[in-house]
Amino acid sequence: MKFGVVVFPGTWSDRDWGHVIKDVLCADLIYLWHKDRELHGVDCVVLPGGFSYGDYLRTGAIARFSPVMDSVAEFAARGGLVWGSCNGFQILCEAGLLPGALIRNQCLEFRCEWALVRCDQPSTPYTWRLERGQLINLPIAHGEGNYFADPDTLRQLERNGQVVFRYCDASGEPTADANPNGSMNNIAGIVNTSGNVLGMMPHPERCAEAELGGTDGLALFRSLLQAASSLTLR
Amino acid sequence: MRPVLVDRRQLREVALTPDEYVEIVDKLGRKPNRVELGMLGVLWSEHCSYKTSKPLLRQLPTQGPHVLEGPGENAGAVEIGEGWVVVFKVESHNHPSAIEPYQGAATGVGGILRDVIAMGARPIALLDSLRFGPLPDSRHHLEGVVAGIGGYGNCVGVPTVGGEVYFDDCYAGNPLVNAMCVGLVRTEQLKSARAEGAGHLMLLVGAQTGRDGIHGASFASLELDRASEERRPAVQVGNPFLEKCLLEACMEALTQPGLVAIQDLGAAGLTSAIAELAARSGAGARVDLARVPRRERRMTAYEVMLSESQERMLIVAERGREGDLAGVFSRWDLEASVVGELTDDGDLVVVDRLKEVARLPVRLLTDGAPVRMLEGRPPTQQSTGDHPDRLLVQPADMGAVLIRLMSSPNLGSRRPIFRRYDHMVGGATVIPPGGDAAVVRVPACRLGLAVTIDGNGRYCRLDPYVGGQIAVAEAARNVVATGARPLAVTDCLNFGNPERSEVYWQLREAIAGISAACRALSVPVVSGNVSLYNESEGRGPIDPTPVIGMIGLLSDYGDRLDPAFKSDGDFVLLVGETDNDLDGSEYLRLVHGELGVQPPTIDLARERASHGFVLAAASAGLLRSAHDVAEGGMLVALAECCLLGGRGVHCGGLRPDEDVRLDAGFFGESQGRFVISTRPRSMPELQALARRHHVELALLGLTGGEAVEFDGQLRVDLAELRRGWESALLNH
Repeated sequence: MKFGVVVFPGTWSDRDWGHVIKDVLCADLIYLWHKDRELHGVDCVVLPGGFSYGDYLRTGAIARFSPVMDSVAEFAARGGLVWGSCNGFQILCEAGLLPGALIRNQCLEFRCEWALVRCDQPSTPYTWRLERGQLINLPIAHGEGNYFADPDTLRQLERNGQVVFRYCDASGEPTADANPNGSMNNIAGIVNTSGNVLGMMPHPERCAEAELGGTDGLALFRSLLQAASSLTLR
Repeated sequence: MRPVLVDRRQLREVALTPDEYVEIVDKLGRKPNRVELGMLGVLWSEHCSYKTSKPLLRQLPTQGPHVLEGPGENAGAVEIGEGWVVVFKVESHNHPSAIEPYQGAATGVGGILRDVIAMGARPIALLDSLRFGPLPDSRHHLEGVVAGIGGYGNCVGVPTVGGEVYFDDCYAGNPLVNAMCVGLVRTEQLKSARAEGAGHLMLLVGAQTGRDGIHGASFASLELDRASEERRPAVQVGNPFLEKCLLEACMEALTQPGLVAIQDLGAAGLTSAIAELAARSGAGARVDLARVPRRERRMTAYEVMLSESQERMLIVAERGREGDLAGVFSRWDLEASVVGELTDDGDLVVVDRLKEVARLPVRLLTDGAPVRMLEGRPPTQQSTGDHPDRLLVQPADMGAVLIRLMSSPNLGSRRPIFRRYDHMVGGATVIPPGGDAAVVRVPACRLGLAVTIDGNGRYCRLDPYVGGQIAVAEAARNVVATGARPLAVTDCLNFGNPERSEVYWQLREAIAGISAACRALSVPVVSGNVSLYNESEGRGPIDPTPVIGMIGLLSDYGDRLDPAFKSDGDFVLLVGETDNDLDGSEYLRLVHGELGVQPPTIDLARERASHGFVLAAASAGLLRSAHDVAEGGMLVALAECCLLGGRGVHCGGLRPDEDVRLDAGFFGESQGRFVISTRPRSMPELQALARRHHVELALLGLTGGEAVEFDGQLRVDLAELRRGWESALLNH
C-alpha cells in the first residue's frame, strides 16, 4: 500500500507519519508537496498535523487553497482514502470535505496529553479492526480541537453514524471531564457519508510503538492496510 | 592617549562607557561615525562580548574526548556514536520577558533554535528554566511566558520535553527565562560558522529586516527600571511559522553542494552575524545594505545593521552556487538575497550602494572590548545568628508538612505547564516531562539522550561556590536517574549587576564551583550564556542563579529508568547519606520562614560514587525505578515516585543517625541521594554493588497500598496528596 503524506509549509507531523509508514509498517511512502497537483498514484492521502501557513488566520483556512487540495478533493470524490489528523482534520473541515469546524479549545489553552476515545463506528476502512465501543488511548496536541457544528449537521452526523471517535472516561462514558477541548458531543473524529474521508484530532502516528507510550494507533493503520487491498476507486 | 570629547547621551544610547569610547578612538585612530558607534556598542555589550565574565569563564573545563566544538561556536557539539553528534546550548531571554512575557519568551525559543540550526543540526528537543516572583502576583508573567514558549515551540514542531520553574521574591521584578535547545546532526554534516577563503558570498535568508529589536543586546546589559517600559520596541516579535520554513529550508540547503557555512542572526543582528562569521574565518567582509530586503521604508544604515528582526540566517555560499541555494529557499517562499561577500582585508565594510557608511576592523568588533577586571568582595556577614537547627521546633505532624510542601508552587506537579507544550512531536520522546530528565531517542539506532536543566538560586545565595557545585551535581543526578551517563554541560549564568562587588564575587565563586563539579564529574562545558544586570528598581539583584543544562547518554534507551514505582512488593531504598541539611531547604522556608546560613554540604567524591552505583545497578538491570532527591528532600521524592506510579509505600519508622533530626531525615536536602526501587530478589546483588561503590544504601520500605506511610510517624493518603500536588500551580 502506498501512502502520500502532504507537506504544507508549517506541517510538522509529516516526518512522524513517514516514520510509522516506512519503518513500522514497511509500507510505501511518498511526500506530496502542497504546490503539486500530482498524487503519484497513492492509495491513501494523509493530511498530517502542524500549523499550515502558521494558522494565523484560522486553522486550515489557507491550506485548503493549496493546489494539492484540488487533487485531494477529486481523489476523495472518487472514493479515495483521505486521512486527516490534527491540522489535517481542520483542513478537511475548511475544505468542505467534512462538515463542521474546529474552534479554540474551551480551556483556551493548548493541550498535549493522552486522551481516551471510544470507537463508535467500526464500519470504516480505518476502524474495522476495532470493536464498537472499544476504548483506545491516543495522544492529542492542539489548541483548536473543539468540534463545532450546527444542530442539523450534528443530528445528521449522529443519525448517519459518522461519529467515529468520542472522548470518554475509563468506563466508556463521554463525560464533560473526559472532554479535553469542549467538542460538541465529545466528538474526536468523524467520517464523511461514504466513509472514505476520516478526520480526527488525536495523533495515531504518535502511538504506533510501545516505546512512545502505547500502540493503540496501530489498529487504525492495520485496518487500513487490509481495507485498501479490497478498495476500488470510482 | 589624547583627550577625547565624549557625547555622553549618545554613549548611553549604545551602552558604552566613556573609557570604552576613548579606547575605540585610540584603536581606530579616529572618531567612529554614528553607525560605527552603534555597531561597536552592541558588540561590546556584555551580552555579546562577555567583557566582564570572560576572565572568569576561562576556568571552566571545556575539553573532553568527544567534544567537537566548545564555547565560541553557535552551540556546543559532542559526538555520541553511531555517526551522530549532539548539538546544544542554553540562552537567557530575561529582560525581554520581563517587559513583554509572551514575545520575550517566544523569541527566546526562536533564537536558541537558530543557534542549533546554525551548526547544521535538526533541533529535536527544547527545555526551559523559569523563575518568577511568588504567585499570584507573578501570574501575568507565568502565563505570558508559558504561552509564549508553547506558542513558538508548538508551531515550529520541536517538542518541549523538559524544564523547571521556581518562585521566589527575588525574581519578582526580574523573572528569568532560559531556553535550551538540543539538536542532532550526522558527524560529516556538522557545520560551523567558519568560512575560510575570501570571495565566498553571503546570503541573507528568511525574514525581511525591520526596525524591531534595535539595541536589544545593549538593553540586555542594563538594569531594569521605569524607563524599561519605553524600551518595549527593543523586544522583538516572533513568527514561528517563518522559523519552521527557515528550519526546513536550511536542512535542505545543508545537503546541497556549495554551502560553506551558516550563521544565525540573534542579538545585534547583521552586525554580530557578519562580524562573528568573519572573525571565526579570519577574514573581512563587505556588506551592501541596499541589498538587504526590508519590511519598512526609509530605514537608515544604523537601523539595518542593528535590527534584531527574528527568523533570519546568513548563509555563506561558494561563488557560483548561490543561485542553487537561493532556489531552495524560494521553494519555501523565503527571501534569499546576496548581501555581500567575504574579503581578505580583515575589515567589516558596510556600503549603501556605492557609499561607504562604516569600516571597522573585525577584530576590534569581536575582540576589542576591554576586559573589565572588577573587584569581588563577599557580602558583609548576612547573619551571625545561631544555626537554625538548634532553635527550630520539630513539627508534630510530618504528614501535614508533606501535604503542605507538595501543594506549594515550588514542589507541585508541573503538568499544568507541560501539557501546554507539545512534548511528543518528533516521535522520539521516550521519557516525557514530569520525571527527572526527559529521554529522547536517536533516529535509527538504540541510543537515547537524557536532557535536563536545573539550578537553585537559594543555595547560591547562601554560598555561590557550593551552590554552583550543587547545580552541576543536581543536573547530573537527574540524568543518572534515567540510567544515562552524564556527557556534557551548557550553562546559563543569571546574576545581578557585576559592578556591585558582592555580585562579581558571587559570579566568580559560582563559576569556580561549577568548574570544580564539572571536573569531578567529568562533564565539560561546551556552550553557555551569561546574563548579568538582572536587577530591578527597589529590589536589587536576583539571587545568583546559575542554571545547568546537561546531556546524558544511554547506550540503549530500552534500559531507561523513570521515577514511577512499577509494582507492589518492590523494595524501596535510599542511596546516599543524610545529614542535618535543613538550611536553604524548601521545608525551612515554607514551614519555618527561614533561609538558613549554609547550603547543604556537597562532597563531590561521594556524589560521583552514588552516580556510579546507580548507573552500574541500572545497567545490570537491578532497578525498577530511580528518582533523584532534590528540593523537598527524601519524603517529597518518595511521594513523587508513589504519585507517578499510582501506588503507595509502606515504611518502618525513620530512624536517622543520632545526630540527625527527624525533620532533616524527611525534608532535609542532603546531596548525592536517590530513591530507588528493586525486586526483592535483586537485593543481595544490589547490596554487594553498593559496598563495592562505597555507597550507603538504606532500606526504606515496600511499595503497595494507597498511602505514604512510616510506622508511627506519618500516614498520608495518596488521593489527598494528589489533589494538592496536581492543583499547586493552579490554585495559588
